[in-house]
Amino acid sequence: MLTSFLQDKQLTIALDGEIDHHSAQRIMQQIGGKIDQFLPASCILDFERVSFMDSSGIAVVLNARRRMNELGGSVILLNVQPQPMKILCSAGIEQIAKIS
Amino acid sequence: MKTENFMRLEFPSHSANESFARQAIACFAAQLDPTLDELGDIKTAVSEAVTNCIVHAYPDCIGIVTMKAKILKDNVLQITVRDHGCGIPDVEKARQPMYTTGGSERSGMGFTIMESFMSDLKIISKPGLGTTIQMKRKLSRKGVRP
Ligand SMILES: Nc1ncnc2c1ncn2[C@@H]1O[C@H](COP(=O)(O)OP(=O)(O)O)[C@@H](O)[C@H]1O
Ligand SMILES: [Mg+2]
Repeated sequence: MLTSFLQDKQLTIALDGEIDHHSAQRIMQQIGGKIDQFLPASCILDFERVSFMDSSGIAVVLNARRRMNELGGSVILLNVQPQPMKILCSAGIEQIAKIS
Repeated sequence: MKTENFMRLEFPSHSANESFARQAIACFAAQLDPTLDELGDIKTAVSEAVTNCIVHAYPDCIGIVTMKAKILKDNVLQITVRDHGCGIPDVEKARQPMYTTGGSERSGMGFTIMESFMSDLKIISKPGLGTTIQMKRKLSRKGVRP
């Protein structure tokens, strides 16, 4: 189970391990479930402990963004390590989610 | 081109084998002293190719995936990933960024990533017979042997 906390309508979810097609569906479901439960104004995905990500991770971010769009909120990506950053940039993710 | 070393792996298209294939190629590539960055690119490209076999080639069954790697001269690593699945009807279309037949769980960026992280990406596919992906990467040999 992914750890998360809510503060001032801001939901932070800590992702970890390797995000590939094998793990992505479970991660997407958990992120979706947490957003539906807390209805936050913004959703922060903390990538600090994500050691590897392939294009399946792009779909994870896009799905979170789609759900947050429905709530009129935004998605922010935090502490992205070099390898996942390369994947996110190749997909032009900075245009749809804020990276800080 | 003279082959310096090679390996060949076969495994069923279970999604748990995505990480197995990444670790295997990383171990094989280690003899070329890759940098962390190079290793990340190679693992990503293999992850994309193998995932495509699992997700697209064999959508409703388990089939065999074959991964081969060769070390060619001048520190070039050549990787081949092959399936005997459904094949790709229009390869040019499949290569386009964001093109996917996989719905919202896929991004359509797999081939784009393989193309930009590796060189000489070749896609050979016949509907009904399967797909072979071949790609190369020249290593700078600036890495440190682990
Ligand atoms: N090994 C394969 N067998 C059959 N179809 C494939 C294969 N690899 C790729 N494809 C097709 O090419 C499309 C694009 O692949 P890709 O760029 O990796 O994006 P994605 O996997 O996110 O759909 C896939 O949606 C699929 O239709
Ligand atoms: Mg793919």
